[in-house]
Amino acid sequence: MEGVVIPLNHVLIVAALLFITGLAGLMFRRNVIFILMALEVMLNSAGLAFVAAGTAWAEADGQVIFMLILAVAAAEVSVGLGLVLQIQRRFKTLDMDAARRLQG
Amino acid sequence: MELVLFYISSAVALFATIFALTRTNAAHALIYLIVSLLAVAVIFFLLGAPFAAALEIVIYAGAIMVLFVFVIMMLNLGEEGEERERQRMHPAVWIGPSLLSAILLIEMILMLSQLDDRHTGALITAKQVGLTLFGPYVLAVEIASMLLLAGLVGAYHVGRRFRLSEPDNSSPSSTEGDS
Repeated sequence: MEGVVIPLNHVLIVAALLFITGLAGLMFRRNVIFILMALEVMLNSAGLAFVAAGTAWAEADGQVIFMLILAVAAAEVSVGLGLVLQIQRRFKTLDMDAARRLQG
Repeated sequence: MELVLFYISSAVALFATIFALTRTNAAHALIYLIVSLLAVAVIFFLLGAPFAAALEIVIYAGAIMVLFVFVIMMLNLGEEGEERERQRMHPAVWIGPSLLSAILLIEMILMLSQLDDRHTGALITAKQVGLTLFGPYVLAVEIASMLLLAGLVGAYHVGRRFRLSEPDNSSPSSTEGDS
């Protein structure tokens, strides 16, 4: 199946909407798990922009960068969830305000 | 016809993301996030990137979300955490960040609307992606493998169950990795 002819700026606007949603969520949530989810949404929207640009220029580079973004997201979320477990063990809460000092 | 599918899946992705980031229960938010990722996979498929769509489902909606599910199950969040989250969601908290990011969004849409009319639609197969990935980008693959190794070691070290006050010199059974 060939790709569908979609104006590139519509796809980029969808990516921008997803990115802004993730950014707003990152700013107003205090729970560490939701902050990690917002980061995932932002990385995913950046990947959407890369893939859209790759198909618009008929180059495979966009999907290659998408795979690298995938590797970054996997590494980031594994370390981040380890930190979530430590924060829960030490402070008995998932609130970011409780983990203000590094040597808590 | 397919253009309509694109707009529908974009709307599904956007609303699922908004619902995911405004829930109080982390497990419900996770289900909405999986719906959002699946909708983005549909967009990838429509754009002509079936390999990226498959990776989105297998790695994002599969592996990474399962990691989130395991952590939420391990933490065993109770009702009182949900109640505290609900108190946090009053408008004074979210109106400022939403307003500022809406201004940035309007600026970005104004800039994107001045783009020359270029269209997506080229089909890029997995073979082309593989040839590019292991051709000019082979150094990036090596760097990504080192990044994943660092993530593995970091997750093992951070997720360890170490004692808070006394130095840990007892049996090595107290050091178990979590992810």
